[in-house]
Amino acid sequence: MMRRVLAIGLVCAIGALLVFTVSNYLLPFGTFPQRRFENFEDNSVAQVYLENAPIAGAGGAGSANVVTSIVWDYRGYDTLGEATILFTAVCGVAMLFRAAKEED
Amino acid sequence: MNVDYIVAMLMISFGLYCLLIKRNLIKMVIGLEILTFGIHLFLISMGYREGGIAPIVTGTNPASVVATLGVDPLPQALVLTSIVIDVCVTAMLLSLAIYAYKYHKTLDMSEIRRLKG
Amino acid sequence: MAGMTIIVKTASRLLFPFVLLFGIYIILHGHLTPGGGFPGGVVIVAAIVMLLLGYGADAAKAKFSPLQASVSENIGSLILVATGLLGLFLGFNFMKNAIPLGTTGNLYSSGILIPLNIGVGIKVAAGLAVILYAMLTAFEEEKK
Repeated sequence: MMRRVLAIGLVCAIGALLVFTVSNYLLPFGTFPQRRFENFEDNSVAQVYLENAPIAGAGGAGSANVVTSIVWDYRGYDTLGEATILFTAVCGVAMLFRAAKEED
Repeated sequence: MNVDYIVAMLMISFGLYCLLIKRNLIKMVIGLEILTFGIHLFLISMGYREGGIAPIVTGTNPASVVATLGVDPLPQALVLTSIVIDVCVTAMLLSLAIYAYKYHKTLDMSEIRRLKG
Repeated sequence: MAGMTIIVKTASRLLFPFVLLFGIYIILHGHLTPGGGFPGGVVIVAAIVMLLLGYGADAAKAKFSPLQASVSENIGSLILVATGLLGLFLGFNFMKNAIPLGTTGNLYSSGILIPLNIGVGIKVAAGLAVILYAMLTAFEEEKK
């Protein structure tokens, strides 16, 4: 009983801390950075990807979907590693249930 | 008044509550899922720009409009990878829960801990 | 696991080709609309799950057995690696977009993305089918 009250108190404290960090007008001091176009610089990686991805030539991917060209063309090696993660999970689940089937 | 940030933080705290208080194994897995969804929502809404459009070149939005008014496409690409990793972890957790149910005949965490000796 | 009533059986049998077609559409148009390989593979496996729930595990296994699913997953993975090696044999680095890019906005554009999307779609669909078959039919033989 005492542990449940302690756990609920801890979750409420962490939740209040997170919500007050992130909100803009709930506390009279401090703001989270505004998400407007003039607050960001012109030469970031995202801006280079947005300008160069639809170009069908050298340096571009030639696709209309910028997110898919990032996932497969500019960062294709990371997606190959993620396909390996999927294969490992399938191997793990099949191995667990093969041991169960051989017992009986 | 960042509503999407506040909702993401509320989802993280609800998932944490579910993971700490509940004793059923399946409910703990659901709590972990809600926690992960809250983190993904926070990451994607960090890339939003006010008055922006989706970063896809269509007939009504040519390439010049997308280059000046598009939102940030990098967090969306990284969260796509993270969602697949979350599916794999949930599959392993659920198969372990099925195993625990077969050998202990119960899904209660306190009962499983007591039968250890 | 056993099947369900006749209404569920008829509805799942009528809806199966349409859900399959929707999944293939999401995979093939991955470079034009939101989506790509991963959501398309999950929609294809949702069609198989509809058959599994409506008709039972034995009828679904007769149509798409676990051995076929395991071999399909390996074929999808081989398509992924072979498309990456194509860039290596043409003189550039691994996984470079070396085959000719069409015009932006057509169905044939962004050369290497279409085989990669198809490979990952097959791999995700077959992998999730193997996981579901293993989870649903592992502890059943004790009841017989």
